[in-house]
Amino acid sequence: MKPVPRIKLKVNGQEYQVEVPADITLLELLREYLSLTGTKEGCGKGECGACTVLMDGQAVNSCLVPAAKAEGSEVLTIEGLASPDGRLHPLQEAFISEGAVQCGFCTPGMIMSAKALLDQNPHPTREEIKVALSGNLCRCTGYAKIITAVEKAAAMIAGEGRG
Amino acid sequence: MAYTVVGKSINRVDAVAKVTGQAKYTGDFIERDMLVGKILRSPYAHAIVKNIDVSKARALPGVEAVLTYADVPKIKFATAGHPYALDPKHRDKEDRTILTSKARFVGDAIAAVVATDELTAAEALKLIEVEYEVLEPLLTPEAAMREGAPLIHDDCERNILSSYGYEIGAIEEAFQEADYIFEDELETSIVQHCQLENHVSCAYVDSDGRIVIVTSTQIPHIVRRIVGQALGIPWGRVRVIKPCVGGGFGSKQDVCLEPLTALMTLAVGGRPVRLELSREECMIDTRTRHAIKYKIKTGVSKDGKLIGMHIAAISNTGAYASHGHSIAMAGGTKFRILYPMKALKYEPLTVYTNLPVAGAMRGYGSPQITFAVESHLENIARKLGIDPIEFRKKNLVNVGYVDPLNGNTVRSCGIRECIEKGKELIKWDEKKARYKNQAGTKRRGLGMACFSYASGTHPVGLEMAGARIVLNQDGSVQLQIGATEIGQGSDTVFAQMVAEVLGIPVDMVHVISTQDTDITPFDTGAYASRQTYITGMAVAKAALEVKEKILDFVWGMTDIPAHALDIKEQNIVYKHSGEVVMPLAEVALHTYYDTVFARPITSDTSNNARINAFVFGVTFAEVEVDLKTGKIEVLEIYNVHDSGKIINPQLAEGQVHGGVGMGIGYALAEQMLFDEKTGKPLNNNLLDYKMPTIMDIPDIGVAFVETFEPTSPFGCKALGEPPTIPVAPAIRNAVLDATGVAFNRLPMNPQRVFEKFKEAGLI
Ligand code: FES
Ligand code: FES
Repeated sequence: MKPVPRIKLKVNGQEYQVEVPADITLLELLREYLSLTGTKEGCGKGECGACTVLMDGQAVNSCLVPAAKAEGSEVLTIEGLASPDGRLHPLQEAFISEGAVQCGFCTPGMIMSAKALLDQNPHPTREEIKVALSGNLCRCTGYAKIITAVEKAAAMIAGEGRG
Repeated sequence: MAYTVVGKSINRVDAVAKVTGQAKYTGDFIERDMLVGKILRSPYAHAIVKNIDVSKARALPGVEAVLTYADVPKIKFATAGHPYALDPKHRDKEDRTILTSKARFVGDAIAAVVATDELTAAEALKLIEVEYEVLEPLLTPEAAMREGAPLIHDDCERNILSSYGYEIGAIEEAFQEADYIFEDELETSIVQHCQLENHVSCAYVDSDGRIVIVTSTQIPHIVRRIVGQALGIPWGRVRVIKPCVGGGFGSKQDVCLEPLTALMTLAVGGRPVRLELSREECMIDTRTRHAIKYKIKTGVSKDGKLIGMHIAAISNTGAYASHGHSIAMAGGTKFRILYPMKALKYEPLTVYTNLPVAGAMRGYGSPQITFAVESHLENIARKLGIDPIEFRKKNLVNVGYVDPLNGNTVRSCGIRECIEKGKELIKWDEKKARYKNQAGTKRRGLGMACFSYASGTHPVGLEMAGARIVLNQDGSVQLQIGATEIGQGSDTVFAQMVAEVLGIPVDMVHVISTQDTDITPFDTGAYASRQTYITGMAVAKAALEVKEKILDFVWGMTDIPAHALDIKEQNIVYKHSGEVVMPLAEVALHTYYDTVFARPITSDTSNNARINAFVFGVTFAEVEVDLKTGKIEVLEIYNVHDSGKIINPQLAEGQVHGGVGMGIGYALAEQMLFDEKTGKPLNNNLLDYKMPTIMDIPDIGVAFVETFEPTSPFGCKALGEPPTIPVAPAIRNAVLDATGVAFNRLPMNPQRVFEKFKEAGLI
């Protein structure tokens, strides 16, 4: 049997120490060991972006990150995006009001990729939004309302002065 | 009619759950100690299992069960998600067992294991020893129909599953009467749904000995019946629960995993088992869209009237029947209403091959035939030198037309307005003039294509829908429907309908989104773009019954006759003056707690809709073609739809966006590829398959021509599938306009386009 390492990491602001099999991915760690099932798996191979989370501020495909690599890192998932008081993040609000959600399976990954973009580039053009989301597949929306939602969230954040 | 909630772009009722990660999909039901199921798949497209030895796999620690074809019920069953037919002649083809001793495509399920974890299950699969007798793989319908070809299923001669067609009028006479005859051959490719959530099911046996299946499906009530049939157990012993679904597009209008998952839990004493397909598995062993080849011959009069059309079709249905027989027929039925003509003969052959199983996919045969017919009509218009739009307009259907074979009637029709609108949006005339004499290596062109479709399946299929509404103590209601939300927004439009009838805000309609066959009213499910129209009738009926009961109750409380009352903005009011009588919440409270008259108000109703409504629409596309690289860029694209009254414009627009996106993929890039000799899949992953990314989709223009369909309580008609239907032929016709090259095959990917340009001497 492979050794069972103990991994220490911060997810959505909370410290965790978990014992997991050596060969699991960050995605499995989140879903199966921390019960954070908001992050989705669409391919397990880095092709669809459904599993996108932020690791130390960078958008990563969590299905490609070995759990052990997350040791000591800070991970943000869709569950940690709203404020602790329940107030939704502008991206979440904009995805709702612009109708950017259909089946919702791509949505957590889309929103996390968009969050990484807006953190680095608060005023992206439509073209920049497309590039940032080009690793996230969606079969339902034709992407149109997703782009508009990200634009709107950027405007909301600028207006509110919050990030 | 003036509505207050219907027709408004309210937010989806499930949106908050979906943007916060709270929405639960099948894969999110993670129980402690859940076992993992995995399937052993055939490496051969056509082979007989001579011997199978599972002893080593069974002996592996952590393996709880191994199943082969020898362990499954000797029952053949059909997987297509249709309502059960009482008439045996109308049942789907029962041509498969849960696991098979004869592999019919690369990936066919031969054996399965249940183990404590993924790795052990994968390890166990490797330990199963199978000896195959390899047969000749039949990878095209032509090969399969060849005299003397081996039979994929013993009871289908020349591997033809079905050849049911029709003839309206006398086709030969029509051709004699015509001034011109035109012929074309066109074909489409095999594509896959690529819904983001792969197929997944979990099952366990509950304390009453019943099998509970949580599954990602469009058709929970049908799954219950088919699992019962496949296992040979009473249907009531199966309970199916459908949580959030991450897209389906028809691939989940089929029973792919559930019978095997049920068998797996039975094999381990009822412990919970999860069977989840990888993307690679999902792309080959769920369903695909039929590739269909068409030969079309059409007679036209001098003044541009269609006189008669003969369509011969060969549809590649893959290894098992699924929906195959019915898709060839549905496609051949729904398109014909658009251009009524004297004679129409349709001769489809649906043929088994050793490829993955083709089944239902958004549009159900219509995208294929619409590509063929709308491309063919464009060719005719060019040859006759008439404007393609004028040509179509000369032949369009009118309100009042009755389909000569199924009796369905056109009661609302906005196709002419759709065409006018689309023409204006894309600036047709202006651009046509501008692009007249182009030189250079980049050429622009305009194209359009029309479609007709139906709302549900009447009269072929049962159109049953159920709805239950309970009035709560505070004047809010619960709504339960058997219809399934799979992303299209049905829960939200049903909530709007209830809110409209009951005079309450949408957030006081609590929609129970999960279907549970133990609890949920019966409904056949999400397919054929039926729910808003068909289930909407049941929802309206239930809401009206609740309203009637509320007003009757108020009559008892106040002596004001029910017919003089109405409900507005959560108040009981006088109908004539609007003056408030009392708050709805007060009435609701009395219905529960009045010590003499209490009688909580509910409605539990169903509706057997023996009716259908035709929908229409058009795509207009502008492309730029790079002659040097073969790359086609869609510059502008507009879809204009007559889907009757639009219940929620924002959701409706979202359906169109997604459908157009799928249509662009169909036109320009998507196809499933197989090794020509072995039938091995070559691109069953999202990287190589090339479904459109955000970079590949241009801005999509959407408009609606809102007719009022008199057979719907809210005037609505189908919308879910249609946006995909006319996109590929519109793009194809635009490429023809730009380059003069007529493509007769999808997809028009750079390689194929480049080759064709060379052939045409353009480069
Ligand atoms: S699941 Fe990670 S990229 Fe698809
Ligand atoms: S909303 Fe369904 S995949 Fe994007």
